[in-house]
Amino acid sequence: MTGYTTVIGLEVHVQLGTASKLFSPAPVQALGDPNTRVHHVDIGLPGVLPRPNQKVIELATRAALALGSEIQLYSEFARKHYFYPDLPKGYQISQFDLPLALGGEVPIGGDRTCRLHRLHVEEDAGKLTHSAIGTLVDLNRAGVPLAEIVSEPDIRAPKEAHTFLHNLREVIRFAGVSDCDMELGSMRCDANISLMPVGSDTYGTKVELKNLNSLKMVQRALEYEERRQTAVLAAGGKVLAETRGWQDELGESRAMRSKETAPDYRYLPDPDLPPLVLDEAYVAEQRSKIGELPEQRRDRYRQEHGLSDQDVVALAQDREVGDWFEQIVASGAEAKAACNWLIEELLPTLRERKVELSQSPISPAALAEVLTLLKTKTLTQKTSRLVFAHLLDNDVTATQAIQDLGLGKIADPNELQPLVDEAIAEMPQAAVAVRDGNDRAIDALKGLVMRKTRGRADPELLDSLLRTTIAANS
Amino acid sequence: MSNTPTSATAIARAIQNGEVRATDIVTAQLDRIQRVDPELGAFCSTFSERAQQGAARLDERQKAGEQLGPLAGVTIGSKDNLLVTGEPASAGSKMLATFCAPFTATSLQRLEQHGGLLLGRTNMDEFGMGSTTETSSVQKTRNPFGHDLVPGGSSGGSAAAVAADLCPIAVGSDTGGSVRQPAALCGVTGLKPTYGRVPRYGLIAYASSLDCVGALARTAEDLALWLDCCSGQDGADATSLPTPEPVAKLLGERQDLRGLRIGVPRELNGEGIDPEVLAATQKAISQMRDLGAEFIDCALPSAKHAVPAYYLLATAEAASNLARYDGVHYGLRSEHEALGQQSSIDTTTLSRSEGFGPEVQLRIMLGTFASSYGYSAQFYERARLARRALQCEFQGLFEQCDVLLSPTSPTAAPHFGDKQDDPLARYMWDALTVPASLAGIPAISMPCDQTSDGRPIGLQAMAKHGNDGLALQLAHVFQQHSEHHLRRPQL
Repeated sequence: MTGYTTVIGLEVHVQLGTASKLFSPAPVQALGDPNTRVHHVDIGLPGVLPRPNQKVIELATRAALALGSEIQLYSEFARKHYFYPDLPKGYQISQFDLPLALGGEVPIGGDRTCRLHRLHVEEDAGKLTHSAIGTLVDLNRAGVPLAEIVSEPDIRAPKEAHTFLHNLREVIRFAGVSDCDMELGSMRCDANISLMPVGSDTYGTKVELKNLNSLKMVQRALEYEERRQTAVLAAGGKVLAETRGWQDELGESRAMRSKETAPDYRYLPDPDLPPLVLDEAYVAEQRSKIGELPEQRRDRYRQEHGLSDQDVVALAQDREVGDWFEQIVASGAEAKAACNWLIEELLPTLRERKVELSQSPISPAALAEVLTLLKTKTLTQKTSRLVFAHLLDNDVTATQAIQDLGLGKIADPNELQPLVDEAIAEMPQAAVAVRDGNDRAIDALKGLVMRKTRGRADPELLDSLLRTTIAANS
Repeated sequence: MSNTPTSATAIARAIQNGEVRATDIVTAQLDRIQRVDPELGAFCSTFSERAQQGAARLDERQKAGEQLGPLAGVTIGSKDNLLVTGEPASAGSKMLATFCAPFTATSLQRLEQHGGLLLGRTNMDEFGMGSTTETSSVQKTRNPFGHDLVPGGSSGGSAAAVAADLCPIAVGSDTGGSVRQPAALCGVTGLKPTYGRVPRYGLIAYASSLDCVGALARTAEDLALWLDCCSGQDGADATSLPTPEPVAKLLGERQDLRGLRIGVPRELNGEGIDPEVLAATQKAISQMRDLGAEFIDCALPSAKHAVPAYYLLATAEAASNLARYDGVHYGLRSEHEALGQQSSIDTTTLSRSEGFGPEVQLRIMLGTFASSYGYSAQFYERARLARRALQCEFQGLFEQCDVLLSPTSPTAAPHFGDKQDDPLARYMWDALTVPASLAGIPAISMPCDQTSDGRPIGLQAMAKHGNDGLALQLAHVFQQHSEHHLRRPQL
């Protein structure tokens, strides 16, 4: 933007993938009838107390380590107070001045990175639905564990915000912490943006953007806001400190509330929860459970398999895809072929059928078998696709599929010879042309045999049989 | 009742041996409540069906020759802020007048597992906020030793129930003295255990970092029995302590007080205390000296900050804990005509204005102020520092002394309405009990005398963190050599 530097900060909520809630034994499930995933603790009944879920701390610790944050061995849960019908206790249990982790960074394209301010653990609130009969409260989500990740204001462009979220999501998924699905709400993002004159070191007035339900929306909303603020400033106006809601279908944001007066949350250390004290051994254990991160995996694929940048990016898009790739290779397939088939055949097909990779009807071993048969020329490019399609709907081996489909390559000269003789008899002038030196005329004969065998004839064997037969007939 | 045993220990033994039937005990206690309590107002309601069914099961098991628990057939009153499945639990508040508990508090569940029979819920100051039980929205509770006297509070109903022999043990809760002070005022024995020793799950919170489930009984021996049955770690309470060694067996180990070093902190034994109460304390000290105790004059300088620190911390936590009563999910919801089209925030404001009594509203406002932005450093944070300092001083004192002694309450039972318009004067009634609350240490109140007009006087003994057994032991020895705890009111 001309004359102004854009300053963007992001606040991301990632749902930590546990079976039960942060402070209650109620199950965490995205679906389910309203108020059926609710324990006394989640309603905030009189007399209840929060019981911390150890798994949450493990996952949050792993997320922080994967992002390069520094785990704080002493952290504390605090109560954040406000009255709202989706908050049954009148306070949210979060972390305040002593969060679980500080620092860290996320690459945002080129050689730029965005530093992280902090990562802390907190509980989600319930959900309100406004209806004709009044406002309805669903507490299924109340108490679901979240990690809140706050960036430093290092992002300078909406595209960088997109890259930040993409890379953050990739790392969190790899660390096995969350599926980070923005549509299902297991990853949510609020963005704040301000402009300052180029060369200035004083930030402008921040506007907070909400209702950003996908990476694209984040970028679009920031681009819109960048233009809006530029126009306001260019016209000599002042940007108001406010929260604006993004209306994606309209392509614009609308003011929701002013932020001129900050609410007083009266943070208090939660007296029901002892401080969270970890030790180095615990942190090391969690670090060991993270496994390989996307960047490390991409490097390894380049080195071990000599794959291209495009291939390794596709394979390392999430942990499962890479794991699958490695299983195909481990079953004896070539890396490049495994990559191509996984990325270009299997994944698009599964997407079309709305099936998760983990539920794939074709196992990595079965796919590897297809690739091996292709390599040994038992299958052709064409027949291999038929086998692949058969495998998608039938729980059989590739060999069995070939038999079911009658697709075995005809590599036996005794079987192919009569067909060759037949073809020459049907197209004598083609045979003559070949003999007279018109080599291209042989293609017509090959095509005929292929048609008769539905593509099953071994091309090399066919070529040599045709040539020897024509030569012998002369 | 004349031939039936009255102490919990004796009742349990008689029932275990088949000398008395649990059903008879329950019937007798319910009869007595029906006869005596309409005038006294100790119980808000009884759990007669639950108690009778529990008793019938015990009698059957006894007949079948089964081993019964150590609390077999002991009827137990429980404060109105402890949850019992299917029974109301209102914490003395209009806000929760219609609230019915969906589970039983861990501490009460454990008593039932050991054969205890929950008899009914006892009256209390609203959410534990008060020292007279007058802030209860349910009813008035009178002191069995004088019907124009308050029973103390906030566990006033539990104290009155034990004093009037309506049950041998009544469970209470003690945040700043709410078990010890009513015990003193009603002439019974009351124990506030070490913070975290008895789980809080199912106790309606007032100030979480101070709340302790405690109990009142006639004797220290019965309190030891109670404590052993409900102590120990609870997965549902992250602040509960690892399960400790039982204490009951310690009581028989001591016949006198030889070798015991008792500190008498000046700050808790002088200024602001009624002369008759001071004299009673002196008398008890000389009795204990005769029993072999060594007395040490000592100082607890931070005690002067205890009341302000307590009221800042307790109210800040209370403002937080009571935020859940918003008229949305359960409890009282305002039906004020101004509602209708208004937003939920207004439902909350109106419901809270209608549901909470004046003392609760005062403390919520005080606590909100003390913890609000720009003030919390000056009030809440400083109060935390004062608490830390007090804890350190206690720690230092317990290097020289085994037990610390003081009166429990600066005065014997006041009359209804005394100092009604002076909340600060009322807060000073807690000056002697809040130090142990802030430190999280165990403290017991035992009857040690009476005033010239017959009002009971209580003596407080505090012990080191986790040393509940020693406080009980001291009280037990004292009770072996005195009869103050056996004095009964004329009803």
